[in-house]
Amino acid sequence: MQLERLADTFFNLQVMQQYLPKIVEGFFITIQIALAVVLAGIASGLLLALVRAFRIKALNFFIILCVDILRALPPLVLIIGFYFALPAIGIRMSAWVATWLALSLVLMAFAEEIFWAGILAVPKGQWEAARSTGLSFVQTLTDVVMPQAVRLTIPPLTNRTIAITKGTALGAVVAVGEILYQAQTAYSFSYNPSPLVLGAVAYLILFIPVVYFGRWVETRFAWKR
Amino acid sequence: MSGDRPILEVRGLHKSFGHLEVLKGIDLAVRKGELVFVIGPSGSGKSTLLRCCNRLEEPSSGSILVEGVDVMAPGTNINAVRRRIGMVFQSFNLYPHLDALGNVSLALRKVVGQSRAEAELAGQAALERVGLAEKANSFPNELSGGQQQRVAIARALALQPAILLFDEPTSALDPELVGSVLAVMRELRESGMTMVVVSHEMRFARSAADRVIFMDHGLIVEQGTPEKLFNAPDHQRIKDFIASIEH
Ligand SMILES: Nc1ncnc2c1ncn2[C@@H]1O[C@H](COP(=O)(O)OP(=O)(O)OP(=O)(O)O)[C@@H](O)[C@H]1O
Ligand SMILES: [Mg+2]
Repeated sequence: MQLERLADTFFNLQVMQQYLPKIVEGFFITIQIALAVVLAGIASGLLLALVRAFRIKALNFFIILCVDILRALPPLVLIIGFYFALPAIGIRMSAWVATWLALSLVLMAFAEEIFWAGILAVPKGQWEAARSTGLSFVQTLTDVVMPQAVRLTIPPLTNRTIAITKGTALGAVVAVGEILYQAQTAYSFSYNPSPLVLGAVAYLILFIPVVYFGRWVETRFAWKR
Repeated sequence: MSGDRPILEVRGLHKSFGHLEVLKGIDLAVRKGELVFVIGPSGSGKSTLLRCCNRLEEPSSGSILVEGVDVMAPGTNINAVRRRIGMVFQSFNLYPHLDALGNVSLALRKVVGQSRAEAELAGQAALERVGLAEKANSFPNELSGGQQQRVAIARALALQPAILLFDEPTSALDPELVGSVLAVMRELRESGMTMVVVSHEMRFARSAADRVIFMDHGLIVEQGTPEKLFNAPDHQRIKDFIASIEH
């Protein structure tokens, strides 16, 4: 009896069937935001770290300040700020953009720190050897230092990226139609939590391969040195 | 350029780190084909002297000329001058992400502007000169210390420098590997390469150096032939120093 009730509540096939298309729609929107966040966040984080390598004092002060603030703020605060507060000063963006921008900025900040740590971890002798053969500062950075720094960077960066892309679920708060939002909406229409179960399954399908990929990357790059 | 012009000319070189004056007026001229040995106690400024020559350290005052080109002049393209000054480090500093050939040919491609094929041909020739032709595709972590240092020498040689600077090239090596590196240096000397070598390998200095320079506290205390400096120096300090090294 109990078991039947449980199945009816959480695994109601009829409800699931009805809302599956919505969850699938949310699945693809989640993928879309996640990919856009990964691209923008890592690219801009890398760029900031490269700029920081020039060690221009005033600029670096500014970079460090921004990065520290972004790392300290909960991403949800940024999303809500962008979506609800910025219109007050005339800056309007869609919920999708607010979510994407907030998560990208947070990933940028963490990626910058990780890349910078990688750059610092390359011994000074590498710079000196390269410069002594006539390579310029920029050539040394791109051809000698970064290939080594990136290798050190990949495991922590993969972990951080996974953590931040899971934050796409925060978009539900501002009604981005990603997985959690679809599941929640379906739940409130059907008075049945089965869509939430469906949503959880969708997250697992999406992120378990990513987690395994992260583990693979970690072991692969741990051996090579 | 005239034949008697020194390859390297250092005049009145001073270098301070903050309040610490490390070089207190060095004058030095190295002729073409000469092998100059630099010895002296730890902290006397030997490394700093070498590193000023290619401006890895910025001299505080004085001038440095390489093949007559003022290294310090505002109009000088330092990267072009550095091509002419090879440097070999105590810790090899090979690029761990590139194989031996990649290490040797990187600057040929990036600085000289050769195509990959040209650079690899020249790089292979340089590896051959140090006896490591068959290790072209080995990565640094697959090579012994002695082989790594020889690759580092090939990396400097590939650019066809006018002068090679060695900063304790054998100090990080196990004793049984030292010989292979010294053999390469001896071969270079015989082929007429101009070299400045900071090292404690006194036996090598005796047999290969044209001139030995003793530095202490940022100054050249005495210089002369190996026989003179090792057997009958004017300064007691040098006798003591050499005794301490040769035990
Ligand atoms: N970047 C630096 N900043 C501050 N002080 C330095 C720096 N580099 C060298 N020194 C100091 O300059 C002095 C000379 O150093 P240098 O490395 O030239 O000596 P050395 O003769 O090569 O000694 P060793 O035989 O130990 O290699 C030392 O007192 C050292 O501590
Ligand atoms: Mg030294």
